[in-house]
Amino acid sequence: MRHGFRLSQFKENVQENLPLHGENGVATETRANDFVVFDHVQKSYDGVSLVVKDLNLTIAKGEFLTMLGPSGSGKTTCLMMLAGFETATNGEIRLDGRNINLVPPHKRGIGMVFQNYALFPHMTVGENLSFPLEVRGMGKDEREAKVKRALDMVQMYSFINRRPAQLSGGQQQRIALARALVFDPSLVLMDEPLGALDKQLREHMQFEIKHLHESLGITVVYVTHDQGEALTMSDRVAVFNDGKIQQLAPPADLYERPENSFVAQFIGENNKLPGVIEELSEGKALVRLATGELIDATPVNVTAKGQKTLVSIRPERVEFKPEMMPPGAHMIGAEVIEVIYMGDILRARLKVAGSDDFVMKMRNTLGQTKLSPGETIRIGWHPQDARALEPM
Amino acid sequence: MTDVPPLLTTADGRPLKAALASAQGRARRKAFYLVAPLLLFVVFSFILPIGQMLHRSIYHDGFSSTAPNLSAWFAANPSGTEPDEAAFAALAADLAEMKKNKTAGEAATRINYTVSATRSLFTATARKADKLQPPFKEALLAEDAKWGEPVIWQAMRAASNPYTTDFYLIATDRARGADGGIEQVPENERIYLWLFGKTFILSGLITFICLILAFPIAHLLATLPMAKSNLLMILVLLPFWTSLLVRTTSWIVLLQGQGVVNNILVSLGMIGEDGRITMIYNQTGTIIVMTHILLPFMVLPLYSVMRTIKPSYARAARSLGATSWTTFRRIYLPQTLPGIGAGALLVFILAVGYYITPALVGGADGQLISNLIQFHMSKSNWSLAAALSGMLLVGVLLLYWLYDRLVGIDKLKLG
Repeated sequence: MRHGFRLSQFKENVQENLPLHGENGVATETRANDFVVFDHVQKSYDGVSLVVKDLNLTIAKGEFLTMLGPSGSGKTTCLMMLAGFETATNGEIRLDGRNINLVPPHKRGIGMVFQNYALFPHMTVGENLSFPLEVRGMGKDEREAKVKRALDMVQMYSFINRRPAQLSGGQQQRIALARALVFDPSLVLMDEPLGALDKQLREHMQFEIKHLHESLGITVVYVTHDQGEALTMSDRVAVFNDGKIQQLAPPADLYERPENSFVAQFIGENNKLPGVIEELSEGKALVRLATGELIDATPVNVTAKGQKTLVSIRPERVEFKPEMMPPGAHMIGAEVIEVIYMGDILRARLKVAGSDDFVMKMRNTLGQTKLSPGETIRIGWHPQDARALEPM
Repeated sequence: MTDVPPLLTTADGRPLKAALASAQGRARRKAFYLVAPLLLFVVFSFILPIGQMLHRSIYHDGFSSTAPNLSAWFAANPSGTEPDEAAFAALAADLAEMKKNKTAGEAATRINYTVSATRSLFTATARKADKLQPPFKEALLAEDAKWGEPVIWQAMRAASNPYTTDFYLIATDRARGADGGIEQVPENERIYLWLFGKTFILSGLITFICLILAFPIAHLLATLPMAKSNLLMILVLLPFWTSLLVRTTSWIVLLQGQGVVNNILVSLGMIGEDGRITMIYNQTGTIIVMTHILLPFMVLPLYSVMRTIKPSYARAARSLGATSWTTFRRIYLPQTLPGIGAGALLVFILAVGYYITPALVGGADGQLISNLIQFHMSKSNWSLAAALSGMLLVGVLLLYWLYDRLVGIDKLKLG
């Protein structure tokens, strides 16, 4: 209920902020929801090149925002600037309306979970959690109560006297989480916190972190290079590449409506068909492929006839049964190269328009048509599922 | 408690333990042959000499072998028996034997260790030993009244057994009194315990200075990028590759009265020509030069520990609200403790037994216990040198034990 409410609230916020990452400066006016603001932030380590190029980003209170991108894209640098371990070369970072550029890390009151947990090895779990409270000069009784509450929150109270080395990776992760939350910060940063865990544990922890975020109402900025993690946990995802935010959108938008070729390629699996715009009208485009065939697409960042484009289609949106196609949709010929049985789905590799890395996913249902290698079929898609993007 | 697992056997009925032992036996033997040369080397070059040294500190047959008759009398009569005519007769017989074998000096040396100025007593009396006539007590007392002194008899009784604690008594500034009891020597003759104390205090001071100097260097080494830290590491190790003698003498060049440091200070006008500071051939010189020479032994263990401390710990502490000082004190410093312990132990143990530097630059008041050990060795008083060394060894082992109790020897990291 609460989650739904907040989601709708922030969708509004997203729409409001949509031109945020555009050219006109965002953060000139401070809204109640502008809890964290990056205002024209730039960062250079060597004075020659920029690691973060003109970052404008507004994060609402209670939001779960993920910075997603390949390594070296500047996402971790942004997080470190927010935490105070790196200084912005230019621009301003505001927390709750206050410029924190010159505030040292220990006065920012931001909780942080590190990639390798960074639990102090010479202290017990209890001492680790007690540490942030001690440096705040809190009394013993209050400290013990808060430590107990935080450990209960991650179901780890029975481990209070253990040392970090005596805990498994997943348990250390929970303690790190509890330590970042024990002093009640309103903003928590997480730097690839689940990277060292195995797949099953990682999925479980994703759920737990999400649950904690919802029940505590904290703001979370989460850095990861795992797109699955980003899509399942976040309210909004900022996709970083080359020091810039490529797209800032809720997970569904990001997956279904990528705004450029990088995002389309980085998030999930994608088929790419290069071609030239043949016709462009009212949100519809007709693209002629190199082999001369015509396909339907939705123009995203192409503007004129004759322009080169890269059409991107998700494998699970490709159809090969004519009855599933909308009237008038174009279909093209394809040759089945191989079919891989993956349990829940069947994955067919097809030769389309001269290249043989086109992938189609089919649900493994009782009545599913079995394709066999060498077979020739005709494939197509709903025009809104194919997005004509700029060529890379 | 009663469910003892049944004795497992292999498929063909052999006990599993025996099968395992024979299966691994070959590999074990091979491993043993590989380490055998080192084992032999350690036994012959380390364990045997140290055993020999410790044996010498409690064994000296200089008197017992040259005075068999008197030794037999001491063995037959318990301590506290007044020396009777039989005793003096045995002594006279032994002295005559000494004259014949020319071993009076040997016996005299042994007694002289515990009672000073007794050398001539033996050599002079032995010279006339064959002219002595019974009753021997009067004859010997007539020769030298000292033969009646209980202190001499106590010393001879102690020396009649080749196994003796005398040298440890000397090494702890103690002596046997006339009544056979153990008492401290007069205050102006106490040197060993004082020198042990001084050696330990100076070594502690040198260790502390090394720690203060090495900590920032090691931290810098551990945090600098690879290329720069390698260069710095070479600078740290450079003194290692230079001869100890060269390093020590170059300090003499720097620190002496007309040396570089004094000249600079004078030319800067900070001190007058007659106010040149004495920085060498005294305790100060020993401290400065030994600190320099032992510094790498502190840097290396510290570095190896600091390298493993991830910077994320400090960041985590800062993000949790700790100031940089609190972060250092509560997070960084405790994690470097194994390195501090190892470095301090290493430097301290090396400093306690250091010989060449104090000998070269220590002058009169910068000498350490090892210089005294060397002195006694040069005087052929091997047993006393061995006793002093044995005490040094015990002191160092005590430190190890203390370290093990406080930090744990398994946490020792030397590189």
